[in-house]
Amino acid sequence: MTDQQTLAGALHSIPALLARNVARFGDRPAYREKEFGIWQSWTWAEAAEEIRALALGMLVLGLRQGDYVAVIGRNRPAHYWSMIAAQMCGAIPVPLYQDAVAEEMAYVLEHCGARFVICGDQEQVDKVLEVEESVKGVERILYNDKRGMRKYDHSRMNSIADTQDQGRAAEPRLGLELDARIAALDESSICVMLYTSGTTGKPKGVVLSNRNIIETAKNTCDFDRLTMREEIVAYLPMAWVGDFIFSMGQALWAGFTVNCPESAHTMATDTREIGPTYFFAPPRVFEGQLTSVMIRMEDAGRIKKWLFDRFMKIARRVGPALLDEETVGFTDRLAYGLGKLLVYGPLKNTLGYSRIRVGYTAGEAIGPEIFDFYRSLGINLKQLYGQTEASVFITQQPDGQVRSDTVGVPSPEVEVKIAENGEVFYRSPGTFVEYYKNPDSTASTKDPDGWVATGDAGFFEESTGHLRIIDRAKDVGKMADGSMFAPKYVENKLKFFPNILEAVVLGNNRDYCTAMINIDLNAVGNWAERNNIAYASYQELAAHPQVYATIKSHVEEVNASVAGDEMLSNCQIHRFLVLHKELDPDDGEMTRTRKVRRAVISEKFADLVGALYDGSDGIYTETEVTYEDGRKGKIKATLRIEDVQVFGDAVQQKVAAQ
Amino acid sequence: MNTQTDIATAGRQLGGTLMELRNITLRFGGVEAIKNISFDIREGEIRAIIGPNGAGKSSMLNVISGFYVPQEGEVWFRGERRGPVKPYEVARLGIARTFQNIALFDGMSVLDNIMTGRLHRMKAGFLSQALWWGLAEREEIENRAQVERIIDFLEIQNIRKTPVGRLPYGLKKRVELARALAAEPQLLLLDEPMAGMNVEEKEDMSRFVLDVNDEFGTTIALIEHDMGVVMDLSDRVVVMDYGRKIGDGSPDEVRNNQEVIDAYLGVAHD
Repeated sequence: MTDQQTLAGALHSIPALLARNVARFGDRPAYREKEFGIWQSWTWAEAAEEIRALALGMLVLGLRQGDYVAVIGRNRPAHYWSMIAAQMCGAIPVPLYQDAVAEEMAYVLEHCGARFVICGDQEQVDKVLEVEESVKGVERILYNDKRGMRKYDHSRMNSIADTQDQGRAAEPRLGLELDARIAALDESSICVMLYTSGTTGKPKGVVLSNRNIIETAKNTCDFDRLTMREEIVAYLPMAWVGDFIFSMGQALWAGFTVNCPESAHTMATDTREIGPTYFFAPPRVFEGQLTSVMIRMEDAGRIKKWLFDRFMKIARRVGPALLDEETVGFTDRLAYGLGKLLVYGPLKNTLGYSRIRVGYTAGEAIGPEIFDFYRSLGINLKQLYGQTEASVFITQQPDGQVRSDTVGVPSPEVEVKIAENGEVFYRSPGTFVEYYKNPDSTASTKDPDGWVATGDAGFFEESTGHLRIIDRAKDVGKMADGSMFAPKYVENKLKFFPNILEAVVLGNNRDYCTAMINIDLNAVGNWAERNNIAYASYQELAAHPQVYATIKSHVEEVNASVAGDEMLSNCQIHRFLVLHKELDPDDGEMTRTRKVRRAVISEKFADLVGALYDGSDGIYTETEVTYEDGRKGKIKATLRIEDVQVFGDAVQQKVAAQ
Repeated sequence: MNTQTDIATAGRQLGGTLMELRNITLRFGGVEAIKNISFDIREGEIRAIIGPNGAGKSSMLNVISGFYVPQEGEVWFRGERRGPVKPYEVARLGIARTFQNIALFDGMSVLDNIMTGRLHRMKAGFLSQALWWGLAEREEIENRAQVERIIDFLEIQNIRKTPVGRLPYGLKKRVELARALAAEPQLLLLDEPMAGMNVEEKEDMSRFVLDVNDEFGTTIALIEHDMGVVMDLSDRVVVMDYGRKIGDGSPDEVRNNQEVIDAYLGVAHD
């Protein structure tokens, strides 16, 4: 550790970390990618050679210091390399969401003024070319996958491999220049710029310095004792800050291996083959996996099902306690041991979680049942709370102090305070430099002392010192009678049911709350199949009376539980409808990280909102949808609106309101 | 013959003649399925054969593939007249095909199904195969590498190990294409590659057909009902009706041919 401390002085850029890793453990695997059915791997020394060749190649093509280099593609080693290569040249990498539609991409490319764009494949190149009709300034396009690219005009387009060849040839000519540019990097130079998805308004470019990324990586690696022996699977969008911290910051700091899946669809198989030791997934991934495990157990034979049910009961009772190293009776230990042999071990292996030492989830609240399921199997799943502006980490849960309703204690060197109105503020080495070309937003988010407003409302639990997040500060509102309205709190309770994928609760300044609900096609579809209910489309299934009945019972359960909360008992749902389409980022209803955009939804579905409050029992609606290729279409539907039972005081409320 | 002159369709220069069919007549007993048809297929082109149901399209494709031997007429392939051939000889000649009704091995994995497309390239003997030693091992590695390139090309990595029987229809069609490609054919015959597909699957398949033609330079002859697909994909189109050829040329020429319009709109036949 002392070694690292002394080195930390000199290690103030990602390229410097790369050089250290080559010197320290050059022949350990740095990157792996499954391609052509086989895991291809690169050691640190090999990766460094590839990266240097690419950086030289970019110099040949005229990349200047301070240029912005957009990177668009799925997680592949070459894309990570191009970010490091850009940094070597003194340029700033800007990873973009690969599923962004052309107009979103246009905004970002225009805003950062990227001169170089690195594309994963033909699809991304086509998008950039399309965008170029309105955005000027892109001078060079590099692409990774050569397929389909042969007939393109190559006067300003190169493949990454060709660029590397040019770079290798130019080593004698430009090697010194590159070394000088690498040496010019210091801890205040910009490491990366990431665009926040933004639940409101246009995306903002968050500028993070080398200090932000490297200090954060160092602190959090220490926190979880991450070493060069960790294996991670890089599958989350490269444009998301989390992937940058895990697959770049921490990977280079600790020197562990980044594994890239073969394609998005082979993620499950590839994870199983790698067996990551350090793993991050948003709650919806864990939810999805639990749902599919449960569906498969429903279809399993009787003996298997009996074994599973019996041992999961034991696991739920003693598993989390064992993980937290609390005292557990001898017979329980024995039963758990047997369960490990028969159920938990094989199940973890199927999921690819056999070797997980540290697992994190964040981004949304995770259902207690889901969280406990994984913990009870012996997977050290924890929660963290963070945002792009903080280089991810604000708080995280230490081993042994894990609960589903808190987000943990402040991460090392992070200060957290709660403002009068309940909003959470933080200050840390990871605190972003600024929003690019947006001093007003920078000033309103970060005060001169470096405190940053998170926009979330929360409080510290006195007994444990752990932070609890209630809701987005701006979403917390008041009902017409002045009582508190916290939509997310209720939505999360709804979403914990496997049948409900997404929920939007309305009620700000209203007399009572209502909800729009998205069913989960996997869970509900499987239920329909087992009950011989035929359906031709999502829309038809969503409108099925029995589906409505099931959802209604879920909503009533939630109401019963919300009624128990003194502050929020008025947030019970009085009426609901099941939406005829899935909320989708392509239609602007959600962000790319799948957070609901309330303003867009209440505007787009204004007719539905009206119907929820005017007492009618159904409404005809037409909704515009965007297909993957950007074309638009319309869905027509007549939606039914259901009244739901409410509990406690809220009952009089409604009568009084009418 | 108008096809002798160099034809440039959509800016594409077509190569020399790969296959030529001269005055083909095919009879089943008293039924004349194909009546005295001649046309050619040039290197690197996408050649479509269209026509109403029962026009003799599939029979024509079977003549091209050598499955049917016409009673009259000659088939010339790569400048040589082709006599009656056995199926494995056809494969060795560099012709591969997909079928209108999927003809895969349902119980075998996608990977194994595609590997069968390379069977004619394996020379290792029975003993070597049984022991998986020497030539057999080297061949398997070589062939697997080629198959993996095709899997990557057609984006079916996620179903590599899935038994074909469990796949939806659209994917099965893609696996069939993969198997045909595994043979590294010079001439690829597609019998209704888009039949029964939804719009999205059709779009995918069209893209793959174009990509195959573009990347591997494979000559493609296809039968298809979907006129939109045919007109977008092909360089030249042969139109058949009741076993006769009623049109031949670029999609535009064919589209404006009165006889073709009549055939498709159903004018009474004498």
